[in-house]
Amino acid sequence: MSDFINAVLEHLAVTAAGVVIAVLIGVAAGIFIARRPVFAAAVLSVADIIQTIPSLALMAMLMIVFGLGDLSVVIGLCLYSLLPVIRNTYTGITTIPPSIREAARGMGMSRPQSLLKVELPLAMPMILSGIRVAFVTALGTAVIGVLIGGGGLGNLVYRGIQALDWGMIIEGTVPIVLLSLLAQHFFNRLQHFKRRRKTNV
Amino acid sequence: MSFLEYLQTDWQAVMNALLVHVQMSLLSTLFAVLIAVPAGILLTRHEKAAKIVLAVAGVVQTIPGLVMLGIGLLIFGLGMLPSVIVLIAYGVLPILQNTYTGIREVDRLYTEAARGIGMTNRQVLTKVELPIALPAIVAGIRLSVVYIISWATLAALIGAGGLGDLIWTGLSCYDTNMILAGAIPASLLAILAGFLIDLVQKAVTPRGMKTKKGEE
Repeated sequence: MSDFINAVLEHLAVTAAGVVIAVLIGVAAGIFIARRPVFAAAVLSVADIIQTIPSLALMAMLMIVFGLGDLSVVIGLCLYSLLPVIRNTYTGITTIPPSIREAARGMGMSRPQSLLKVELPLAMPMILSGIRVAFVTALGTAVIGVLIGGGGLGNLVYRGIQALDWGMIIEGTVPIVLLSLLAQHFFNRLQHFKRRRKTNV
Repeated sequence: MSFLEYLQTDWQAVMNALLVHVQMSLLSTLFAVLIAVPAGILLTRHEKAAKIVLAVAGVVQTIPGLVMLGIGLLIFGLGMLPSVIVLIAYGVLPILQNTYTGIREVDRLYTEAARGIGMTNRQVLTKVELPIALPAIVAGIRLSVVYIISWATLAALIGAGGLGDLIWTGLSCYDTNMILAGAIPASLLAILAGFLIDLVQKAVTPRGMKTKKGEE
């Protein structure tokens, strides 16, 4: 039983690590391309191409560079999570009506102030929905990590497939499906919470 | 041995794997489209069923690819057939969702105008709703194709062959050249397929919708 709980926790940890790094890079990149639209198309298509690479192919290539283990898995999950975060940050900021940004500037806010106090809060529901997509996808992709020596629920699934054991496959899958649904619910709540506060102001 | 030398000596094996991969992906995509588009249209006509089906589809989509293939293996055994069945089952979902939302989001003004000028239900569907929803449907197909190509590499695990076979064998005997010989063509294949479908999507976007976007 404790093996099972460890597997669930390791799965969550690997997924969260990959997504958190992707959020840090992705939000920064999204803000950057919203400010400098010249780079938008290039950055978005690079992220799009990365996401298009088959997961097994990407993980295997990362394994060659970073070796067997959780590190390669975290890097792979991070690369996969970039596109939804960058794209949603970018759309979230660029779809704010110009009048709002001008009002912020007119009140005497500096550009960083306008970004932190006006643009990012308004873009937050969009950004959160990007993070949700990234997290749920990463939960599923992390299973492949077992093939390059990563830990987590993939081990149960893989052993189950090799032993043709239904029980083991189900034991590995149910937590992933439940975690995905839970994460979707959690991010949706967060998103609506933000929205409610926004309309009150 | 360098990667290029490896490619020269094993050129034939790589090409065969690529061919199997393309066949498997094309076959799965074809069936997924044939099933999902009519099913999506049907769902727009039955609201209650749509809610249930889309909720179930949402849950099924969170099941990892490796698990689905494992289930396919347990039910249908080893080989290409179980993989294709699993790939179809998964490829159906994004197309189904996009067909449904694409048609649902067609402005009622258009369908009512179409009825008003005397179109039958079938004409409204084929001449108004489907053309307007087509870009969304093609976007769904793009998602499915990229997933299918990706999962087809995993399908080597249950004996389907294809480029995944090279990656698998390479991973298990730590042969870097072999991993790259599978991983690079698989990546290029997915990127190329995505690019081609983007072109199709531009081509099928109705002229009226294109100019509207340009003006904004």
